[in-house]
Amino acid sequence: MQRVGYVVLYVILIIIAIVQIFPLFWLFLFSLKDNQQIFAKSPFSLPDHPHWENYLKAWQGNIGTYFFNSIWISTVAVVLTVLFASMATFAITRMKWKLSKLVLGLFMVGLMIPLHSALIPLFKLYLSVDLIDNPISVVLSYTAFHLPVTMMILLGFYYTLPKEIEEAAIMDGCSVNLLFARIILPMTTSVLSTTVIINMIYNWNEFVFVNTFISSDQYKTLTVGIQNFIGQYQTDWGPIGATLIISIVPIPILYIFFSNKIVEGMSASAIKG
Amino acid sequence: MNKVMSNIWMITLYILPALLLLLVLIYIPLGLSAYYGLMEWDGIGNMKFIGLENFITGIQDMKFWSSVYHSFLLALFSALSLLAYLAISLILASNIKGSDILRKIYLIPMLLSSVAIAQLWIKVYNPTNGMLNSFLMAIGIDDPPAWLAEPSLVLYAIFIPILWQYAGFYILIYYAALKNIPAALVEAARMDGASPWQVAFNIKLPLIKGVFKVTIVLAIVGSLKYFDLIYVMTGGGPNGASEVMASYMYKVAFRSYDFGYGSAIGFLLLIITLMVTFIVRKLTVSDEEELQY
Repeated sequence: MQRVGYVVLYVILIIIAIVQIFPLFWLFLFSLKDNQQIFAKSPFSLPDHPHWENYLKAWQGNIGTYFFNSIWISTVAVVLTVLFASMATFAITRMKWKLSKLVLGLFMVGLMIPLHSALIPLFKLYLSVDLIDNPISVVLSYTAFHLPVTMMILLGFYYTLPKEIEEAAIMDGCSVNLLFARIILPMTTSVLSTTVIINMIYNWNEFVFVNTFISSDQYKTLTVGIQNFIGQYQTDWGPIGATLIISIVPIPILYIFFSNKIVEGMSASAIKG
Repeated sequence: MNKVMSNIWMITLYILPALLLLLVLIYIPLGLSAYYGLMEWDGIGNMKFIGLENFITGIQDMKFWSSVYHSFLLALFSALSLLAYLAISLILASNIKGSDILRKIYLIPMLLSSVAIAQLWIKVYNPTNGMLNSFLMAIGIDDPPAWLAEPSLVLYAIFIPILWQYAGFYILIYYAALKNIPAALVEAARMDGASPWQVAFNIKLPLIKGVFKVTIVLAIVGSLKYFDLIYVMTGGGPNGASEVMASYMYKVAFRSYDFGYGSAIGFLLLIITLMVTFIVRKLTVSDEEELQY
């Protein structure tokens, strides 16, 4: 009896797993079909032969540029976010000053703020300093808006670092900068890598800032770029599927190598606060 | 030691970059959105002070209130869906082989961009060639609806990909919390003859109550901010049937170029989000105190 119950539960879990990945499998299928197969045959049929030319067609648009922009904009923003968040977390948890609690509070309230409430004033701000249609506006926005969640993940780790280490270092005449760069940062590499990967995913997937601040194709990232591309090809499903696959493919690759880090970062970003 | 670590210049140096970004790009714009809300402004030309007119328009604007209603409906759906996620997590965390790989598979949609998810589900919902209607026709339903074009269905149709996207995330959180329960507690109860149901309801669920409350706040507040998926899938349509607060604000500002009124709506969005956060937190905290005494 218990055995049967166990099998039933198992089947439920596996069905859910199938539901979670089947739409993506279906997407991959139609990215390899031509219109005739897509419209005349069952959507669940396998392609007669793989139409890789869909990928070629997708790549002939600006997708290469978008892809490159996504990579460098995400990377620069991640470096700034993680560096500034580490410095701020260091100052808040290890240094002694009166306002540290208040400043920490400001960052944590930042977690709840809907970015749409700041969007119009941000647009005006960037317009007034001539950063509209300039990727710097996107990098700055990513950095600022992801500082709170990054600091939240870092905080728990910084609180557990033993005080004795920095006491000993300072006694030996180590400066604050050396202490931070040579001792504290290397000790946090494990949690740092978690925040790097989580931020990379956030930035890679971001849409609103790019859609609002960037108008030239040469600066668009994948999320916004594919949106335009798909608009042009509305009835041509194959290239649309190929474009979507190209835009999401770095994520599963990252996931295969860093699944534990990603799982850890995802749960840490939700709970600690 | 104390002297070095409380040096005001060093503290400033370390906190300033992050704090400046936070203040200049988040807090000051939030304040400014209230100020711009008092203006008539097309985004490019000069601003003209018109007092509370935009806010009064907002309070009388049925389109705005219907977007608020849709946002709250999505928040309610999201909160209810947590129960399903919790049930799945209970199964997953009960010594199932391969639970680690399963929860990692569940998480995949959460890692994709909402734009890609929206584009994929537009295809899934395609009236004639989509995955869903092809399946429905194959099992003998002749005239399945055009899900995203039907005002009475569109909000539910949009909620399905949201459910799909976030499932892995919440299951992950519950799974971790359930695995944190000391095995000895569960074993002792089983030894005393408690059934799996009793163990779940009387031991496991009460112990992860705190985590469940956090996720309620996350789900509700998160839903009030939904934008990307809806903007791409329907643009708030048909005829406003899937408009939410953020998409309405975006439309007013960046499509109709009414930046004054858009700012006012943005500010109302902030106030509503903060109020709901406060109320939900308050409700869950008082609950906890009750439990303690």
